[in-house]
Parts: sequence; C-alpha cells; structure tokens
Amino acid sequence: MTVAEHTSAAHPTTAHHTSTGLTNEKLAMWVFLGSECLLFGGLISTFLLYRETEPKAGPAISELYDIPYTSVSSFVLLMSSLTMVLAVAAIKRGDQRNTRVWLMTTALLGASFVGGQIYEFTVFYREGLGYTTNLQGSAFYTLTGFHGVHVSLGIVMLLSSVVMSLRGRLGPERSEAVEIVGLYWHFVDVVWIVIFTVVYLITP
Amino acid sequence: MTTTEHHAVEHHDEEHDHPSDGKYIQIALILGVITAVEVALSYVDVGKLFVPALVICMVAKFAIVAGYFMHLKFDSNLLTRVFVSGIVLAIGVYIAFLGSLHIFS
Repeated sequence: MTVAEHTSAAHPTTAHHTSTGLTNEKLAMWVFLGSECLLFGGLISTFLLYRETEPKAGPAISELYDIPYTSVSSFVLLMSSLTMVLAVAAIKRGDQRNTRVWLMTTALLGASFVGGQIYEFTVFYREGLGYTTNLQGSAFYTLTGFHGVHVSLGIVMLLSSVVMSLRGRLGPERSEAVEIVGLYWHFVDVVWIVIFTVVYLITP
Repeated sequence: MTTTEHHAVEHHDEEHDHPSDGKYIQIALILGVITAVEVALSYVDVGKLFVPALVICMVAKFAIVAGYFMHLKFDSNLLTRVFVSGIVLAIGVYIAFLGSLHIFS
C-alpha cells in the first residue's frame, strides 16, 4: 500500500486527487469566507461613515450601547468557537457522542447570542431608534442584523449536522463536513471580534 | 514520491500537529482574558493609547481564532493566502473608499 492509499483509507474524505492536495469543498469554503470579508468590510465601512453624521432624529447609537451586556454576548460567541473546535476534534477521533454534545452546545451558545441580539434590538427600538430613524441606526441594524443572520444560518448547519450524526450519516470518514461547518462558524466569530471592537468599543 | 503522495503525507503529518482538547481550552481562556482587557480599556482612561490598544487586542483575537480554531496554522499555506487575500482586498478597498470621503481627516 502506498502512502497515499494509506492516508486515503484513514481519511477517505481527503482522498480527492487535486493538484493542491486539498479537497475542493474545503478550498471552496475558504474562497467563500475570503469573499465574505468584502461583504462585512462594506457593511462595517458604511457604519463607520454614517456614525460620523449627526442624527437628525432619535438618539445617537453610541448613547444606547450597553457594553457589559454586549461583552457577555461576545464572550458567549467566543466560547462557542471553543465548543465547535472540540466537536471537530471529537469527530476526528470517531467519538460520535461527544461530537453531538459539542455541536448542540455550540448551537445553544449561538442561539443565546442571537437571542441577546434580538433583545438588544428591542431595547434600542424602545429607546426610539428604529431602522429608519436615522442613518446611524440603519447602518447599525443592517450590519449587526446581517451578522445575526449568518449566526442563525450557522445554527441551522449545526443542527443539521446533529441530525445527520443521529441518523448515522456523519461518521469519522465525513469529519471534513463538520470541519467545514466549523470554518463557517469560526468566521462568524472573527467577524464579531471586529464588530465588537470597531462598532461598540471604539466610539467617536 | 508523486505530488499527490507528497501532499497526502503532508496532510497526514499536519493532522497530528493539531492541538489537544486541553490546548484548545487554554487558547479559549487566553481569548477570554483578551476580551476582558478590551472591556477594561473602555472604563480606564489610557489617553491616546486607547484605539491602538483595542486594535492590537482585536488583531490578536482574530489571529488566534483563525490560526488555531480555523487551523490555518496547521493547514496548507494556500488556505491562508486565499483568506488573507480577501482580508487585504477588503481593507484596501474600504480604506480607499472611506479616505475618498475624508472620514479620516
């Protein structure tokens, strides 16, 4: 048996014979994440631009921030990256039970983050900042809302993975599928790392 | 050894280099500490160091998550180049965009 055959037997999903030695799925996810940098870069830039404008109606966004609350949300999302990477490590070991436990934990932490974001939006709305109240509000809701939608899609992917695992369709030979979901999840986390600092902490 | 075999061996070796669960927990604790420092900076007057300190913390967290949790530190350099290209392109385009609107002046 050649080295390539041996590796293919151990990791069947990595057995694609590509010139890069990487699977097309994994490379495609990274290309997608690279392109997502442009999407979020555009949304963050738009927010930075409109944050400088004086609101013609309603409160300024920086007056409404609750930093301790958002810090806890950020910490929750950060810890969900830990549980995600533990899920990837578990499936690579062939540990199905812990894979499901960590995937579910990640989904729950993600749902807590989204719930927290909905609560934050509700508070801001009650304080008088609607989506069309002023440019700052529009830019803020669009940016953080887009991020929230990304987290929600990630939760759907995580729950789908749990269901696949329960049906026995997510064995160690398909560990890369979980790894790719993990890449998306970690990307959502790193985007929030930037949003938390640039939008919430660095205020004019 | 063919190119495919060479890549297969590299990939096999890389898989063994991935951190243990304990190491991942340590990394998460470091991320938590950096977040705490960021939040503390919002309540302490550090003058002109405020923005640079926050940016350093942000970049450190970003790099740790991308390097260790997304495995860029252990995977093929091609993946790092693809991702960094997206980041550099985004930063370049939007700095030019914001600069043209005099946001930095």
